[in-house]
Amino acid sequence: MTTADDINRALADAHRHEWAKVLAATVRVAGDLDLAQECAQDAYLSALETWGRDGIPRNPGAWLTTAARRKALDTHRRAAALRARLPLLIESGDTSHPRGYGNGSPSPETQLTEMDEIPDDRLRLVFTCCHPALAREAQVALTLRLVCGLTTEQIAHAFLVSESTMAARVTRAKKKISAARIPYRVPDAHELPERLDAVLTAVHLVFTTGHTAPTGDALVRPDLVDRAIELCRVLAVLMPDEREVRGLLALMLITDARRATRVDDAGQLVLLEDQDRSRWDRPAIEQGRAMVLDALRGGRPGRFVIQAAIAALHAEAPTFADTNWGLAVELYDLLLTVWPSPVVALNRVVAVGFRSGPEAGLVALDELEEEAGRTLSVYHYLPATRADFLRRLGRDEASAASYRQALALVENDAERAFLERRLAALLKS
Amino acid sequence: MAQYVILIYENESDYATLSPEGYSQVMDAHNRFAEEVVARGGKIAGGNALKGTETATSIRGDVVTDGPFVETKEALGGFYLIEADDLDQAIKIAGMVPAQFGGVEVRPVAVFPEG
Repeated sequence: MTTADDINRALADAHRHEWAKVLAATVRVAGDLDLAQECAQDAYLSALETWGRDGIPRNPGAWLTTAARRKALDTHRRAAALRARLPLLIESGDTSHPRGYGNGSPSPETQLTEMDEIPDDRLRLVFTCCHPALAREAQVALTLRLVCGLTTEQIAHAFLVSESTMAARVTRAKKKISAARIPYRVPDAHELPERLDAVLTAVHLVFTTGHTAPTGDALVRPDLVDRAIELCRVLAVLMPDEREVRGLLALMLITDARRATRVDDAGQLVLLEDQDRSRWDRPAIEQGRAMVLDALRGGRPGRFVIQAAIAALHAEAPTFADTNWGLAVELYDLLLTVWPSPVVALNRVVAVGFRSGPEAGLVALDELEEEAGRTLSVYHYLPATRADFLRRLGRDEASAASYRQALALVENDAERAFLERRLAALLKS
Repeated sequence: MAQYVILIYENESDYATLSPEGYSQVMDAHNRFAEEVVARGGKIAGGNALKGTETATSIRGDVVTDGPFVETKEALGGFYLIEADDLDQAIKIAGMVPAQFGGVEVRPVAVFPEG
């Protein structure tokens, strides 16, 4: 006997794991993101009723996809007379448009007979959501909305903007996709590296937003972290040859393995230095480490693979002091060659400070500030790093001044509390 | 196929100081661009270079003023009307437009339903 609980559980599960597949396969039939989304939502609604009556199908994802695609076809049939007036992305029977949403679909009727073979269009969906013609924040919002199936309310909450702001952002992006004809396709091999980088950056942004919530009172928003890792796992399956995908997945797994130790029971930030390494998630670290080693093979590594290697280096050190700081600096140097960013340069300076001592760290920091001080001027980690070097050198007054500077820039409450504690300890001594 | 307009925004003062050889190089570059688009299966449906913003006159309501509608360092200096399959192809074509003193903007042409 199938209970209502069983149905709800099966539906929630199918939403979490099959939503992107259902939507992605429906877009091609619908020819329009909004219609596809509506049909997919309808399919989940009708599942509630049908599954309650007939039982849960053996393959819920396939059932939902078929239902959603059929709804899209029905809508088109009903609207056939009005078709010319609808803002469709493909014109019916437009086979002269091989790169658009109608790719490989001569007509909706043919599609219906092919229903048994459901294409996995998730990559198309992801690449469309993360098209470089869309603003980064729109890419992230669209990916969460369409690929991960989060509600606009959930996304708005995660990014601390109002629901109406987020709804407007998503609507604007979808309008641009349709009006400017952003194609529903996976990029060609020669443009893949650049386009993939945009996708991975968006996924990483979802992760980092969850990992260090930029503002607000909690340091971690686990749901965003989990969604980013899940999505990256899917990408790794769909693009098994892309080392950067595995690099990002490894980076996120290893970083998230420290989740339980990053804040103490009172919700206060605990530095990598002071974290209880015995509580790190070893299986996740091992999984990530194996992925890094594998991804490092075969040519020049990309920025995510190198970042994952650095994360692995920290994760496998038995204590903070035993970290191989020399290798860390070398990896940061390598990272700077593929990704010359001031933030990376700042992380390198921190590693230099542990490899060669705080004095050397300060010298490296001065050099960096001369080069990129303007870019980093709103970044609280710059004065926080200086404050830490000065503190370790016993130059308390100068250190306190730098902590105050960092406090003026920090936005996350847990990080603010940490800096305040450091400052208070200095003032006491 | 859809139509896109490629708007060319460049720094006019760079053109003001350009040598005659420099000018002819720019002209050659635009001619080569037109050939390249055709060679790649795209289509240029129109386009023009515009005279400088010092020749522009702006009208809002019944007020006529000297100068361009918006004063910017990089001013609209010309445009192409092209046909492309989708935005990716349009971006590719736009990326080939010579604009050494600035850059270009791609905008889809609005299509209104008949009747």
